[in-house]
Amino acid sequence: MGAYRSNIDAIRALVRDSEVHRDVYIDPEVFDLEMEHLFPNSWIYIGHASQISKPGDFITANIGRQPVFAVRHSDGNVHVLFNRCPHKGVKIASEACGNTGKFFRCPYHAWSFKTDGSLLAIPLKKGYESTGFDGSQASRGLTPVKHVKIYRDFIFAKLNDGGLSFEDYFGESLSTIDNMVDRSPEGKLAIQAAPIRYMHTCNWKMLVENQTDTCHPMVAHESSAGTAVKVWTREKGDSTETPMAVQLYAPFMSPYEFYEKSGIRIWPNGHGHTGVSNSIHSDYSQIPGYLDKMIAAYGEKRAKEILDETRHNTIYFPNIMVKGPVQIVRNFIPIAVDKTLVESWVFRLVGAPDMLYERALMYNRFINAPTSIVGHDDLEMYERAQEGLRSNGNQWVNLQRLYEGGEKLDVTEVINGTSERQMRNQFHAWVKFMTQDMSERAEVAE
Amino acid sequence: MNEKVIADFIYEEARQLDAMQWNAWLGMFHPEARYWVPLEWQQQDPVLQPSLMYEDLLLLKVRVERLSGERTFSQKPKSRCHHLLQAPHIVECNAETGVFKARTSFFYTETRGDTLERYSGWASHELVAVDGELKIKLKRIDLINFDAPFGNIQLFM
Repeated sequence: MGAYRSNIDAIRALVRDSEVHRDVYIDPEVFDLEMEHLFPNSWIYIGHASQISKPGDFITANIGRQPVFAVRHSDGNVHVLFNRCPHKGVKIASEACGNTGKFFRCPYHAWSFKTDGSLLAIPLKKGYESTGFDGSQASRGLTPVKHVKIYRDFIFAKLNDGGLSFEDYFGESLSTIDNMVDRSPEGKLAIQAAPIRYMHTCNWKMLVENQTDTCHPMVAHESSAGTAVKVWTREKGDSTETPMAVQLYAPFMSPYEFYEKSGIRIWPNGHGHTGVSNSIHSDYSQIPGYLDKMIAAYGEKRAKEILDETRHNTIYFPNIMVKGPVQIVRNFIPIAVDKTLVESWVFRLVGAPDMLYERALMYNRFINAPTSIVGHDDLEMYERAQEGLRSNGNQWVNLQRLYEGGEKLDVTEVINGTSERQMRNQFHAWVKFMTQDMSERAEVAE
Repeated sequence: MNEKVIADFIYEEARQLDAMQWNAWLGMFHPEARYWVPLEWQQQDPVLQPSLMYEDLLLLKVRVERLSGERTFSQKPKSRCHHLLQAPHIVECNAETGVFKARTSFFYTETRGDTLERYSGWASHELVAVDGELKIKLKRIDLINFDAPFGNIQLFM
């Protein structure tokens, strides 16, 4: 046994006020415990209701290591079920998405289930007569995930019974999802295509932290965004309009002062966002016809209020990032202690001009793809950190920028945009949801 | 213009990439060219459907310039690549309309440091003749596993 299992004090000792021990990124046992505790105790994003709009539509996902799927039942309700046949454990839904028709049929022994998970039929059923089968867990069909919340079409689930309700867990942070949805003149988002997928050989938390790390873009992305600005300046000639592509790259080179002033907002339970007063998304060209549609839908005052909110990256703890002004959700899916699958989804604003979708798709392939030069810059840093952290010379990662002694925990505050406080906020939440269902006494599991 | 000239042009392009002669490679593109790596099977639309890459000459220049940048840390050490091409299938060779199209099955290898990754797919070239010289109007890369989660792909297929 390693140092951390059944040792709540050792887990707590990994996180100090302004630094964290490297084992949170590189220790396989800590990763196992995250899968067993942190993820089941947290509200995890499963997918978007527009992906399963018709009865029988399903999408698969994992919560920690546990496979689940969400399915639209014939009555229109969405069910989230554990993805294993109650008979021998075979996964019922094997693809990322699909339509099963009126029922699921296990490919191994043809047990079938309604789209609410209940058992429909078993071949040669008489073989179970007088066996007490009716009292078995198998007779109840596919096991449902009990705690499911669909918030404005975003499907979240929590495996464990304890802990916070959806509303208490996310609180005011839901305002970022609200803003993204409100940007549709019809108040509706739609997923129309597969995500860009990108494998990272690093711990998932490095990606999460990087979303609110405002002191890296002008350094790490000088090679990509900086070169884009340089080449455009040289090649633009008499052009008066900056191409959409350059508009997307250039703000990454904004100076420290820009990020300092734009601010960070933190919320309880590890959520937070960059770009409070403005952001790298604030100065894009207007999309023709969009403002008119928004004004027609919401009235001038409300439409401007919605569009003036240009939050940069919002972390929904533990592992998704929502980018409202560009309609992207990034899902940082932990695979192993040093392996993370990133799926970056683009949403269409229903009722908005095509060009908004075009811009969001362009942003996604510029920044979040395995072929993205900005992505290359970032992954290089994560990989180097994953290797560098093996060094025993210093076993702590420093998160001290703009740290003030006695910082309040689990509060809502707006702070200097170059602060690392959101990272500290995340690690406070990490300890909380990691240990929430752990026993206090180390010897219990001996 | 004949089928051999088209095939030789495609071999020459791969040779420039393998030799890391990036600027010579860019010189083979038409000013209005696009380099496209779709994200869907038999994808039709590069603009309103997601792609891995859909870039014009300006963006390709940014990539090439970045590769030699002093602060391009993901190129320390540098990547190298190798194209293994099947004989191009000439889809169209029409000197009157000036339309030349070929589809080439390939095996692409990219290496950096101790890692080496291989990719398989088809490259589709749409070429035009400018003053008797072929230029790439569209280069499209269809990977067999376009939907798989890759790590960094830093050079050009």
